[in-house]
Amino acid sequence: MTDSKTNSEDYLRMYRQMARIRTFEDTANQLYLSAKMPGLTHMYSGEEAVAVGICEALTDDDRITSTHRGHGHCVAKGANFREMFCELLGKEEGYCRGKGGSMHIADQSHGNLGANAIVGGSMGIATGSALRAKLQGKDDVTVCFFGDGATAQGLLYEVMNMAALWNLPVIYACENNGYSEYTKTEEIAAGSITARAEAFGIEAFKVDGQDVLAVNQLTQKLVARCRKGEGPFFVELETYRYHGHHVGDINREYYRSKDEEKDWKTNRDPIIRFRAWLVSEGIATEDEIDAMNADIEKDATEAVAYAEAAAYPAAAEVDMHVYAD
Amino acid sequence: MRDITLSQAVNEAIAEEMRRDPTVFILGEDVAEAGTPFKVLSGLVEEFGPDRVLDTPISEPGFMGIAVGAAMTGARPIVDLMFGDFIFLIMDQLCNQAAKTHYMSGGKLNVPLVLRTNLGATRRSAAQHSQSLQALVAHIPGLKVAMPSSAYEAKGLMKTAIRDNNPVVIFEDKLMYQDKAPVPEEEYLIPFGQANIKREGRDITLIATSSMVQVAEKAADILASEGIEAEVVDPRTIVPLDEDTLIKSVKKTSRAIVIDEGHQSYGVTSEIASRLNEKAFYYLDAPVTRMGAMDVPVPFSPALEDLTVPTPQSVADTARKLCAGELVHAA
Repeated sequence: MTDSKTNSEDYLRMYRQMARIRTFEDTANQLYLSAKMPGLTHMYSGEEAVAVGICEALTDDDRITSTHRGHGHCVAKGANFREMFCELLGKEEGYCRGKGGSMHIADQSHGNLGANAIVGGSMGIATGSALRAKLQGKDDVTVCFFGDGATAQGLLYEVMNMAALWNLPVIYACENNGYSEYTKTEEIAAGSITARAEAFGIEAFKVDGQDVLAVNQLTQKLVARCRKGEGPFFVELETYRYHGHHVGDINREYYRSKDEEKDWKTNRDPIIRFRAWLVSEGIATEDEIDAMNADIEKDATEAVAYAEAAAYPAAAEVDMHVYAD
Repeated sequence: MRDITLSQAVNEAIAEEMRRDPTVFILGEDVAEAGTPFKVLSGLVEEFGPDRVLDTPISEPGFMGIAVGAAMTGARPIVDLMFGDFIFLIMDQLCNQAAKTHYMSGGKLNVPLVLRTNLGATRRSAAQHSQSLQALVAHIPGLKVAMPSSAYEAKGLMKTAIRDNNPVVIFEDKLMYQDKAPVPEEEYLIPFGQANIKREGRDITLIATSSMVQVAEKAADILASEGIEAEVVDPRTIVPLDEDTLIKSVKKTSRAIVIDEGHQSYGVTSEIASRLNEKAFYYLDAPVTRMGAMDVPVPFSPALEDLTVPTPQSVADTARKLCAGELVHAA
């Protein structure tokens, strides 16, 4: 945590992006609870430092693949609230014209190749994006986000093998939030997760996923090395999911205690921690941060109002975009 | 015009497209020096190098997924799937990812890739190397499906597939790789969704895919010697399907048999027969009849395997009965 003054703009942006994710999720949760949102969704709250720490080390040319718990990645990669809420509500102005919804948001303009509702389903896509970069002599890097639950999918091991054989510029970012749906990760994952990557000769790292600076500093190093042809890499980020597996997973004490949730929210919250650091380093005052938060709240409120009033896609859209021209 | 094998035709199509477009590359098991077990890709790695003719581990879901990601970000991969039966291994990447990405992204992302694989029984390869699984993928919106019936068709359809901006699955009949046909030296493409009337006739329409076109043509020869004129129509692509040409032919002949080597139940033959019943019903003098592979896993023993697929004789027998006004139950 050096150079705090010279990098203060970066730090404030990181804070802002984390706060935007939390606000987005709180707002989306309210939409769900008030039955205004069709379907269901999976909240990213608690994991903000992972998406922001990583995406702040990337450019718009760098690609990511996201997961069913993907709003955080989407915001962190540069998406706007308005198009995101429109997508969540199935409106024509959504990022995917309302055809993808919460679990399939893609934002190509910022390099987000899309969330994926198949657990582990995007591991091939991320690796293929990296192969394309290598074959075409481009220096962009692809980050593959997935959860600890997805480490049980065989696809991961097939594509890591090829990524290692071919030195592809891809970073496998395993967000270990401790739970695979409604089951503790220790009950579904034998041995060490990072050791699995190491078995392919892939350098693997474990980092505190609640510390945005630690995540960002590690990712910056790995991205730079990927650009030099030293990829792939594997990072396990220790983090926590504040909500249930999905928004409807309310009564969850049979698999997770309230005390445990309280401990993470009180003592390891990435936003509270980073806010305290910003203040103690003199980068921002409490008032300035409150003003930033109020600004974000206002942005979310306006975006939701816009999305609620926005038009649904016309019926003629239903069989458009099955095939590209 | 020179005659070349179907294998050479596929090889030429891929080589020409790789010369034309540097974003085209091949990946799959033993595609480089080995040129695949059927030797279809021999010589390509020597011309284009190992970066564009990429040998993969035996990881079908892995390399299929990699192809999807490469296609989404600006490359045009050709995935070589050694046997059509292995489609079951890649179903998630093909049907949940490749097929749906364009739609789910509201038209923003494209997946221009070709999956080339094969079909066909009677090679004594038993139940896991003999299936004809085109109906499985034709069922999924977002995928196109081409079924070349000769070397000429294989080259023109492959070139069109490589230039298409969608995921295209091409099924080659593995027993036809050494079959020769006239193929022009000069470049040509065969558009998707345009059926080919291989032989004209007035009494019955034989709609056939892939190697079943040869079966239908031989059946038509048998029938001609008996005074029955069969029209043979090759849809070329089952997605998109040139319904108009099929319906027009059936309106003319009033009878049709649909022949495809996939299992008969819930298959390509069922789909085409349904459409003809719905759209040409009042022109029909006989029920549109399906002839697919028997609904059994493909047996190993030659004595059994040969019973499972349509033959020129069985097609001619069925056609004769339909023309005589007898009710037929082909399966």
